[in-house]
Amino acid sequence: MKILVCISSVPDTTSKINFTDGDTKFDTSGVQFVINPNDEFGLTRAMWFKEKQGAAVHIATVGEAGVEPTMRKALAIGADEGIRVNAVPTDGYFVAGQLAEIVKKGEYDLVIGGRESIDYNGGMVPGILASMLGMNFVNTCIGLEIEGDKATAIREIDGGKETVKADLPLVIGGQKGLVEESDLKIPNMRGIMMARKKALNVVDPVDATQATEDVSFDKPAPKGQVKMVESVDELVDLLHNEAKVI
Amino acid sequence: MSILVYTESENGKFKKNALEVASYAKAVADQMAASVTAISFNASENESLGTYGVSKVLNVSNDTLKTFNAEAYAKAIAEAAEKEGAKVVVVSSSANSKFLAPILAAKLKAGYVPNVVEAPDSTEPFKVKRTAFSNKGFAHTAIKTDIKIVGVSTNAFGLKEDQTDASVADFSPELKEDDFSVESVEVDKVAGKVSIADAEIVVSGGRGLKGPENWEMIEELADVLGAATACSKPVSDMGWRPHAEHVGQTGKPVAANLYLAIGISGAIQHLAGVSASKTKVVINNDPEAPFFKAADYGIVGDAFEVVPKLTEKLKEFKAENE
Ligand SMILES: Cc1cc2nc3c(=O)[nH]c(=O)nc-3n(C[C@H](O)[C@H](O)[C@H](O)COP(=O)(O)OP(=O)(O)OC[C@H]3O[C@@H](n4cnc5c(N)ncnc54)[C@H](O)[C@@H]3O)c2cc1C
Repeated sequence: MKILVCISSVPDTTSKINFTDGDTKFDTSGVQFVINPNDEFGLTRAMWFKEKQGAAVHIATVGEAGVEPTMRKALAIGADEGIRVNAVPTDGYFVAGQLAEIVKKGEYDLVIGGRESIDYNGGMVPGILASMLGMNFVNTCIGLEIEGDKATAIREIDGGKETVKADLPLVIGGQKGLVEESDLKIPNMRGIMMARKKALNVVDPVDATQATEDVSFDKPAPKGQVKMVESVDELVDLLHNEAKVI
Repeated sequence: MSILVYTESENGKFKKNALEVASYAKAVADQMAASVTAISFNASENESLGTYGVSKVLNVSNDTLKTFNAEAYAKAIAEAAEKEGAKVVVVSSSANSKFLAPILAAKLKAGYVPNVVEAPDSTEPFKVKRTAFSNKGFAHTAIKTDIKIVGVSTNAFGLKEDQTDASVADFSPELKEDDFSVESVEVDKVAGKVSIADAEIVVSGGRGLKGPENWEMIEELADVLGAATACSKPVSDMGWRPHAEHVGQTGKPVAANLYLAIGISGAIQHLAGVSASKTKVVINNDPEAPFFKAADYGIVGDAFEVVPKLTEKLKEFKAENE
């Protein structure tokens, strides 16, 4: 089995969010970049398939050279080789177009992406990619088993979960649940040393549609002072008469 | 020209988000001098969408579509969009809509923007405001393709009545066996419980509750309020509550009208997932808990004392106000 894990390099979850250039760009200064948490669950599941069922695991990222430390970390966790499409990931449609090219060339059986990246929250790359290639797609995936060319996946739905079956080749949008949090792999020294020798191939982007453009950004209005309340009577009264939510 | 809206239903009845996306579609239609066409699947009471500005409903009655299927639904919606010459397609933020929207985007070669919180800033260029950076910011995003897909954030736009006469027509999309290649084998839903995604009120508990045995208190409070229950990440990590209840940056986003956080410290990753909620109430025994800074109302106190009292008070309030 050949697996491609799509990795998005995103600001660490504790990052303060600011914008520059007249609120048209995300301010990366002082921001630490990490593997998108949803992708990290997928990467660990891919490593499970590699160890238990024998699979080759590649990673792919669309981004400029600055994303390479994040990719090296994914290689240190155990991916075999990496592909970086040398382009600014302008929108989900464009990124899916780039990854589609890689999937076509690499003939992957399984493509694992994240449900969404925690920066732009687009939630569309795996789905568009699957559709572009005519592959099966399962989103918000919290469980995945593969036997031969048949996959059984569990996906989270509003208020519960659903089990689905589909043949490979398959694309999933993964998230927490794909593996236990305690099983997430942290690169060890040996992994880090080995990652240095692994291939990180850089390819040029292909022509692809950019469907959307983030024109400007702003931040939520600063919060007013919290009203501290002494009793539940007062709280119920405020929720009814002031906030009008009950 | 028309704006097409996908209205979700369950057991034939429209979900609340269907009425919200219809309201949104009507606002877009007014800005573009267009009308709203809805597509529904196996729904009864299709005329009722007229209350929210829908003038035409294409209802698909098809037993093979009783269970949601992203590919087949997307194909049907794409066919309806083409037939109607729709320039904008509006969907909700449910798990199902977020599943089918990217597939639909590829089929229609349309740009898709999820998590939209307001009617478009402008329609030429078509620009919408959406949340980004896990609710720590907003982006104003222009969609540059001929057809546009907008995913409306739950509870962000609300229901807006605009009485219109809705005509209902049967619609039979052309579906093939291939469209069902991802096959649903089992749907496992907790019956009668409000889901976080649909909820107007969410009662959420954190590690401060000490153990799963204390959740009865949370459920009772949620019951009185008709609310969904939720939790912080460590609570689901420790298996006190199911993963599906974990809210936050790496869990579910909550855009409720009222979010009650009980025994939750208010870490940045948790706040990111709840900041889209309108009114936040925090109950915590630590007056320094960071959550108070993000709250509208706060009570410093022991959850084990405050919550049962609050539940009692709300029961009285309900009895008086119903
Ligand atoms: C990559 C990453 C992603 C993360 N994503 C998320 C996420 O999506 N969602 C999320 O929630 N967290 C997330 N976290 C974890 C987050 O940083 C916090 O650890 C977590 O939110 C803390 O949960 P808590 O408030 O329930 O527990 P604690 O931090 O232990 O806080 C418990 C609170 O309960 C109060 N308390 C104790 N006893 C009582 C009592 N008797 N009555 C009233 N109050 C009481 C305490 O004062 C305290 O404020 C993430 C962390 C990382 C590193």
